[in-house]
Amino acid sequence: MELPGLFTYWIVVVLMMTGFYVVIAQGNLVKKVVGLNIFQVSVFVFYISMSKVKGGTAPILEDGIEVYANPLPHVLILTAIVVGIATTALGLALVVRIRETYGTVEEDEINAREREP
Amino acid sequence: MVFMAVTAFTLARLRNLFAVAMLSGVFSLLAAVVYVVMDAVDVAFTEAAVGAGIATVLMLGTLVLTTDVEKVHPKKPIAPLIVVTLTGAVLIYGTLDMPHYGDPNAPIHHHVAPRYIEKSGAEVGPPNIVTSVLASYRGYDTLGEVTVIFTAAAGVLVLLGRWRRAAAASNPHKTDDEPEARS
Repeated sequence: MELPGLFTYWIVVVLMMTGFYVVIAQGNLVKKVVGLNIFQVSVFVFYISMSKVKGGTAPILEDGIEVYANPLPHVLILTAIVVGIATTALGLALVVRIRETYGTVEEDEINAREREP
Repeated sequence: MVFMAVTAFTLARLRNLFAVAMLSGVFSLLAAVVYVVMDAVDVAFTEAAVGAGIATVLMLGTLVLTTDVEKVHPKKPIAPLIVVTLTGAVLIYGTLDMPHYGDPNAPIHHHVAPRYIEKSGAEVGPPNIVTSVLASYRGYDTLGEVTVIFTAAAGVLVLLGRWRRAAAASNPHKTDDEPEARS
């Protein structure tokens, strides 16, 4: 079955918007971190899908192979995945700290506690 | 990829955070499968190890230290949905003049990439071009990445480290704020 050429980009947009919605609409801080991860993965899939060449193989040199996928986005995304896990770890550590101080990870309850004298 | 979208939607709907952590692991594995299909084997390795492994462990650790049930909100805010739909529509409009998936004539394949593919075997050595670019041509990027990881690790240690708990314990008027955290 032949999918339209822009189908991958549309899936990426759907994924990105799902992550975006989770980040801005949900009150739970752990859920927000998960939403951020979904957003991130959608950007990764976008980059990797750009690097694909029809009929090409993975960018590992081999005799008799002429067409390779573009290696540059792969390198960038390798870096980005590792940086992404670092920010996730930091975000989750902040969530744990917020829970210690406020006793909750729900945004509205934190705001309510901030407002009380 | 459709599976990924379905998983993401389920993630957005679920309230049990334990299930959310597990599903985000599934999501990462699906992403890794997609990367293999798109010929990015190195990225797939990293995603499977880091995204599905380490991220899930971190998430579960956080759930142990906090709580695993999300509060039920009675009213659904409509404004975020509108914002998201509008942004999505604009992005879809933006994709309309993108080069098609797998198109060998896309501009991305005609600038530096051919040089890496032709010369990296002779200039750097390893048959894996991704390794050559990562370690040699873009070595500074990788150095910066290591710096970011170090900073993040230092930040996590500062936030959750043992010395901070010791300081809080010796400072009793501060502990009034955190009743059940100390377990």
